Amino acid sequence: MSIFQEMTNRDRVFEFLVPEHSPVDVRHGGILYLEDVSVSFDGFKAINNLNLTIDDGELRCIIGPNGAGKTTMMDIITGKTRPDTGSVWFGSRHNLLRMNEPDIASLGIGRKFQKPTVFEALTVFENLELAMATDKRVLPTLTSKLAGEQRDRIDEVLTLIGLAPLRDREAGILSHGQKQWLEIGMLLMQKPRLLLVDEPVAGMTEQEMERTAELLTSLAGKQSVVVVEHDMGFVRSIARKVTVLHQGSVLAEGTMDQVSNDPEVVKVYLGEEA
Amino acid sequence: MWLTKPFQERSTQIFLGVLFAALAVVTVLHLTMPKDSALYVSSYTVTLLGKYLCYALLAVAVDLVWGYLGILSLGHGAFFALGGYAMGMYLMRQIGDRGVYGDPILPDFMVFLNWQELPWYWHGFDMAWFAFIMVLLAPGLLALVFGFLAFRSRVTGVYLSIITQALTFALMLAFFRNEMGFGGNNGLTDFKDILGFDLRTNATRLGLFIASGIALAIGYVICRAIVTSKLGRVSVACRDAEARTRFLGYRVERVQLFVFVISAMLAGVAGALYVPQVGIINPSEFSPLFSIEIVVWVALGGRATLYGAVIGALLVNYAKTVFTGVMPDAWLFALGGLFVLVTVFLPKGIAGLLSKRKKADRRDDSDDKDASGAAQEATA
Repeated sequence: MSIFQEMTNRDRVFEFLVPEHSPVDVRHGGILYLEDVSVSFDGFKAINNLNLTIDDGELRCIIGPNGAGKTTMMDIITGKTRPDTGSVWFGSRHNLLRMNEPDIASLGIGRKFQKPTVFEALTVFENLELAMATDKRVLPTLTSKLAGEQRDRIDEVLTLIGLAPLRDREAGILSHGQKQWLEIGMLLMQKPRLLLVDEPVAGMTEQEMERTAELLTSLAGKQSVVVVEHDMGFVRSIARKVTVLHQGSVLAEGTMDQVSNDPEVVKVYLGEEA
Repeated sequence: MWLTKPFQERSTQIFLGVLFAALAVVTVLHLTMPKDSALYVSSYTVTLLGKYLCYALLAVAVDLVWGYLGILSLGHGAFFALGGYAMGMYLMRQIGDRGVYGDPILPDFMVFLNWQELPWYWHGFDMAWFAFIMVLLAPGLLALVFGFLAFRSRVTGVYLSIITQALTFALMLAFFRNEMGFGGNNGLTDFKDILGFDLRTNATRLGLFIASGIALAIGYVICRAIVTSKLGRVSVACRDAEARTRFLGYRVERVQLFVFVISAMLAGVAGALYVPQVGIINPSEFSPLFSIEIVVWVALGGRATLYGAVIGALLVNYAKTVFTGVMPDAWLFALGGLFVLVTVFLPKGIAGLLSKRKKADRRDDSDDKDASGAAQEATA
């Protein structure tokens, strides 16, 4: 009888009938779960039994020496690399390992690359236009026309990233720091639920760094932000919670003070810099 | 409407203006001038120009995928030839019982091969509308299947170029075979009339020339509409940073497939208009050398401009006509030399030269302004 009731229960559908593009389920508090993830390249274990949970609205910094697996981890989350074992979930509903890059992107995971990649032949405005969260299928893209509020949104972001005067210039002429900002702007246009930011302040001046820190902290809360960064000063200025990666797994997790006083961490990482 | 946007562009207006003016001038000179006048355009020249216009449309199709999508297709001759064969089959069926063997249904080469009935894929080609749909469908379908497999597996760059080259070579070998039912190495020829008009009359030739010009205009506007749309910007994004485009949520392989299929269909139309003007279609159109030549036209004219492709196709083919008349053996050396010179001295092709001059003009203007500003300051 109870089985029958469950079958005829109208407010629930079978698991396989739930469309992929259903909203992200964050009722359990976490927006990203990596469980027992391992991946190796030619025998080298880039990620080794990695367990990581990011809460909804959290700003998390991830640090670690070169080769700790930070970029590989981002590749796995965004669908570029498939792990050998383990599971990756976005909220409690979406299994990221079953999806490809465009699907994951339209689900609401935005990524900023370590080396700034903007479309150099297009103008700054057009770069933001392409990043905007809209219907990205072929025919709607062909016939799409910018609505007034979309134009306003782009101009708003242009002002926010300080590139309004360069609106109609080709992105190829921008300086390294400006490209970083443009890429952050593209992330904002995507309106992601989760931002993965790989070394955002590389090549930036002190003031630019401060502005980036301000921007990232203001985003947290509404969106979840994961920052991978080498610059300790920058991490200290924004981090509430820090995860230290070492040899493909989590070495320590906690506030910056806790982490930097952890003898293990000091040994493998901070010790080298001090 | 995205399709009407190009008409508001200055470059498209100029292009269409020049094209239609040229069509009109040739038509008027051909019809009104006496035969012994220096300004008389002979029927031979009209057909030759019509052939060039077909090549120009083909070049535009290649520029769309190469210039804007970064896919260097070395096999676009295959789509051109398929469109040509579809038209050739229609023209063959129009011959009816006027062939050498007088068979009311079977084309001559089938009678010669002792075939008793028409192969299934020849049915329907006696109707113009069916044949004209096949002109679009045959190249489009080949591009769809080929592109689907290639782009899904993320084959790009040199590898894709080599596969497109292999594709056209394989088709050439296949069409050389008599059993394929496309006339073997003789191809299809001996056409009599198209849509009821005799192909040997001057009026029909002029009509085909004008039709080629209009097809070029339509093809150009369609391509222009695509590259000025948001999809065009996404194409450029795919060309320059494919992975990044994927992370923005675009399905790169579908964008590539869409543009590739459109380009193949345009190439098919070019081939279909080419065949009645030259009077023959045979497997040599599938030859890899021809496909490479198309790429050279585009490179010479200037990539990613569309009008550059037209200029390149017209110039190179005119040079070819002149050269092969004077020194037939030297043509390939001349073409190769031209290609090397342009790559070294004009990396952006002839179109690059034009836009560079425009930019230089603008710079001169601003210099003048600076100079006059300085002069004013000095007087103040």
